[in-house]
Formats: sequence, structure tokens, C-alpha cells
Amino acid sequence: MITKAHFAFFDEGSKKEIRRATLKAVAIPGYQVPFASREMPIARGWGTGGLQLTLSLIGRNDVLKVIDQGADQSVNAVSIKKLVQHTTGVSVTENTEEADIVQSRHRIPEKELREDQILVLQVPNPEPLRKVDAREYMTKRMHAEDDYSGAWLILFEQIMKFGRMSTGAAHPVYVNGRYVMTPSPIPRFDNPKMHQSKALILLGAGREKKIFAVPPYTNVESLAFDDYPFAVESFEGKACKLCGSTEVFLDEIIDPVTGDRSYQCNDTSYCIEQLNSEEKVEVENSYV
Amino acid sequence: MGYVAVKGGTEAIEASLDRLTYDRLKEEEVVEIHTILATMRPLVDQVMSEASLYSPFLAALAIKQAGGSMEEAVFLLRAHRSTLPRHYYSETVDTEDMFVERRVSASFKDIPGGQLLGSTNDYTHRLLDFNLVTESKEENRDWLQKYRKQMNQDCSDEELQFFPKVVDYLRSEGLFETYPLDDTPPKDITKESIQFPTGRSEKLQVLTRGQTGAVTSLGYASLRGYGQVHPTIGEVRVGAVPIHVQHPYEEDSEQDDLFYIGDVKLTEVESFVPVTVKKNNQKEEVEFEIGYGISFGQNETKAIAMSILDQCLENPHAEFPTHDEEFVFLHIDSVESTGFISHLKLPHYVTFQSKLDSARQVKKGGTSNDN
Repeated sequence: MITKAHFAFFDEGSKKEIRRATLKAVAIPGYQVPFASREMPIARGWGTGGLQLTLSLIGRNDVLKVIDQGADQSVNAVSIKKLVQHTTGVSVTENTEEADIVQSRHRIPEKELREDQILVLQVPNPEPLRKVDAREYMTKRMHAEDDYSGAWLILFEQIMKFGRMSTGAAHPVYVNGRYVMTPSPIPRFDNPKMHQSKALILLGAGREKKIFAVPPYTNVESLAFDDYPFAVESFEGKACKLCGSTEVFLDEIIDPVTGDRSYQCNDTSYCIEQLNSEEKVEVENSYV
Repeated sequence: MGYVAVKGGTEAIEASLDRLTYDRLKEEEVVEIHTILATMRPLVDQVMSEASLYSPFLAALAIKQAGGSMEEAVFLLRAHRSTLPRHYYSETVDTEDMFVERRVSASFKDIPGGQLLGSTNDYTHRLLDFNLVTESKEENRDWLQKYRKQMNQDCSDEELQFFPKVVDYLRSEGLFETYPLDDTPPKDITKESIQFPTGRSEKLQVLTRGQTGAVTSLGYASLRGYGQVHPTIGEVRVGAVPIHVQHPYEEDSEQDDLFYIGDVKLTEVESFVPVTVKKNNQKEEVEFEIGYGISFGQNETKAIAMSILDQCLENPHAEFPTHDEEFVFLHIDSVESTGFISHLKLPHYVTFQSKLDSARQVKKGGTSNDN
């Protein structure tokens, strides 16, 4: 009765099934493909959609990077890496450049991805129209009929109420000019990174049993009005206190003693790379 | 040289896992799988039912590993289920052939075949039995010996008895609609995700693997007024049914050529729900419909609640959530609900920062969306 784990956890039939749904998702950019989401050894809502994509794609020679809210060392990212390593033996990295597959929760890395890389995003709520109608039966119809008036109306009501759009993360996007999709809860700051991305972006929602995709070099536009344009989070006049970067998404840190507010890169691997290159320059210069 | 990332997560996880192991071992007791199987069958049954995997041994292992946590044991077994290759679908099981251990009807006193109480907690007094604190295997053995002796005297020459379905008896009276047998192959909801509106085979699958507490609560809600269904139980039967599969390379084998692969223990419920039907002459008549509940193992409360919800969902009713299939189906799965509730413990720094930015911008006022 003792059973040995199969390579990448799944039986091969399950992997094929998930890959078929993925191919369909790539063929219809932004369309949510229903798939038979499996129960995983990690909890629903903890990245099972992303994990199923990763496990169905990963090969023996691939290198994997997993990030959670920008950090490679976050406990759940570590836990997912451990599971994939345990069942595949592949090597993992924190360096974005070295990774073949980057699985991420709620962030797109600051470093631009290449054509030979795949970004897998974990999605808790794949349906951008869920606030418009709670019923899947209805939202599916709206997508089919290209009826996105509800999505626009939500943004319009925010402007009426607050004088501006008040979306946080997961600001909805038009993909390839046809399907409105949630970019997963990435901050608005990351939405532009999806537009004409060189890397294939796959989005997996395990609990809600959907896979969707943004193929490389596809148009992704955030929903906005001409007179109320889309705006990313503002970090004006702020910089990372560790590496000095300014054009990145910053975490707000409150000093428990003084109550002072400071900022640092949310993408830890990017921050370290900046620090190391600065140090390299210092060392090289000291030999002159 | 160079900087390295803060090494927090890995070590923290290792330490936490060690702590978990320590908690399981620190009292230096080991519960054996066979002990769980022998003494906690209702727990094993419930785990198998919610995990939708029939394997008492694996369920007991999951219970042991989970330290008795219901949600964790179901989670373990479901995850294991994902690794199993799927070879066959069984032939349709006819529950008339059930090896009945227990069978009661609330609709009729004198059902053909009679009421068979079998093993149930229904008539126990729920008083803590302090004798169990000091029970011994020897005493238990004596009791068993007496009991078995008595059994042999009472039923030494009993024939096997056939228990017909209670509903057949009412069908013959014309109180129930008779439907042609529907042999459409069921959609396997673990092989393709359910699409709304669902078919009946999907409905029954989602309900039978639902979390016991959730299915019970929603069935109860319908009974209390948040629904239209108030049934009378036609029949509850518990017992083992044989499972057969066809030879994989032979089409349409004869009944005798099927392969018997084992038994599963089931609870089956047929509830009678009165409905008003308009007849051709515009006269209203009362007829009955059946609410169907079935579950792995002996899980009577869940199976009865399932039969209520089955009827609710066969008759959509905008007013009540218990009659709304999306409301019921998408919220009763143990693995999905516990997973998503617990995911709130994950960090949400980025998403919160994003919302915070939005809130601050709104506070600043202004009517433009420019930074």
C-alpha cells in the first residue's frame, strides 16, 4: 500500500488534461477556460491554480522561481517550491533571469521577462464581472455576448462617488481587444507589464477551476475613460531605502520605535540585484 | 561576496513543521490504524464521504496523520485522490441488491420487509459512560461471547431476506410519477468542472461529496422556512452494495461476465415531498416527488439533508438561497471553503498597499485620476 510519488505529483493523464485547457486558453486570449481542477497537497486559495499549471508544464531540466507578494522567501513561496522540488527534483532560483518558469502571487517581477520564460500567476477570483452578478451562469453569458457594461459601470460609479477610479489591485483589463479579464490581484503598477509582454503569461484559478492566458505580444489595456485615465500607485518622491530604486513598486515600512515611514523594493530579488551591482561597481573602482 | 536575501521563510517553515511533529508525538502515544478502523467507523465513513474516495484504510491513515482533524483528513485524502490514475467506471449499482444492515421508513409503519433498526445511536441516551474509562478487553470479550451465542440461537435458520424499495409500493398506486430509466452516462465532476445550469448527475455528485456540516445546515435551513421542501422520509437504508466493472475491451458484457471488484458501504435516502400538480381538467392534485440522498458509509444525517437539497434544486425558487444551485454547490465543499478561508492568513501586503494608495488618493480629493 506504500505508493511512491509520480514525477510532478500528477499522473500523466491529468497533466495532459491541464495542458489541453492551457492550449485553449492561449488560443483565446483572456477567455476563462473551465478545467477539472484537482485537489492539491496545498490548500485551495493558496496557489493551487498556479501550482497545477507549473506541475503540468515543468520538465526535468527546468529551473523554477516562486514569489509571493514580491518575496522569494515568503513562507508560502517556500512551501510551494519545496513541494515542486520534492516531486520533481528540479532546481530553484531566486534570480528572475535564470528561471524558465516564474510562479507568482500578486506581482509581476520588475525585471522584464524574455520570450523563453513563462509567468504563472495565482488567481483567487478569476471573474472580473463577479461584482456585477454573483451567478456564473450570467457572467459567462456576458463574456460571450461581449457585454461589459457592468464592468464600466462599476468604474463610472467610483468616479461619481470619489471623483476618481478607486480600484486597488486586480484592475480589470481588456485582452486582445475582446475579453475583459482580471490580471489576478497584481497592483495597478504591474498592469502595463502585461501589455505586449515577451513572455507567455498563464493564470490559474484552482478553487474556481479556470485557466486563462495572455500570449506573448498581446495587447492588454486597463479599463479607463479618456477624461479619467488609468493611474498606477503613486510612489512619487520615494525611493527604496536599501538600493535607491525609484521606478519600482515599494513596500511601506513603519518603524515600530519612531513611527517613521520608510520604503523598500517589494521585489526582493530585484533589490538584491541592484545592491550587488552597486557593490560590484564599488569593488571594480577601488582597483583603479 | 555580495548581498543575499533575508533567509526567513525556509527556516521558519522548518521550525513550524518540527513543532507540529512535536505536538503529535510529545505525549508518546501511538494510535494504530487498525484501532481507528475498529473503533471510529463513523469518523472513517465521514472522511471517505467528504473526500469521495472509498478506502477505509487510507481514510484511517489520513485521520491518524491529521491528528483527528476532520477538515485536514479530508484534505489529505482528496490530495491523494489527485495522484491516482483512473481506469474504470463501474456499472450502475442497483441499491435493491444492498446487503441491508439497517432500513427504516418514517412514512409507513408496515413496509414490506419490515423496519430493521440495525446499529444506530438514535435510541441511546447521550450520557457520558464513565465505565469506558476503565473498560478492559477481557470484559469486552465476555460480552461479545454472550452476544454471539444469543445471535446464533436467534437467527440460526434465517434465510436471507429481500427488502424491496418502499417507493415501488407507492408507484404501483399511482402516487408517484413513473419515469423511464435514464441511462445517460453521468458527467464526472472530477474530470470536468461543473457548468451551470447543471445536469442531475452533477448535482448528486456535488451534494454527496459536500461537507457534512454544510449540507446539514442548508438542508435544515430549507426545513425551517428558508426553502420550500419539507419531506417525509420514505426510506433510509444502510448496507453494502457490490461494485462491478466491465471488461475494458468487451462491449456490452452480459451481467454474468462482469467483474466483481468489491463492496462499498452506503447510506441511501428517498424522501417524499408533496407537490401540487395541475391536471388536464384544471383540477389540482397532490402528488409526490422524490428527494434522493446517498453517501459513502453510514452518514444518515448528511444523506437526509442531501435528499432535501436535491428536491430544492430540482425546483429553483428565486426567493431562497437553498434553491439556488450556484449558492449551494459552490459553498458546500470542505476543501474549497476551508482552503479559501484559511488563505486569508497569507500576506496581503501588496494588495493592501494598492488599496491604501487608492484610499489616500480619494482622500486627497480632486476630480482627476492623474497622479
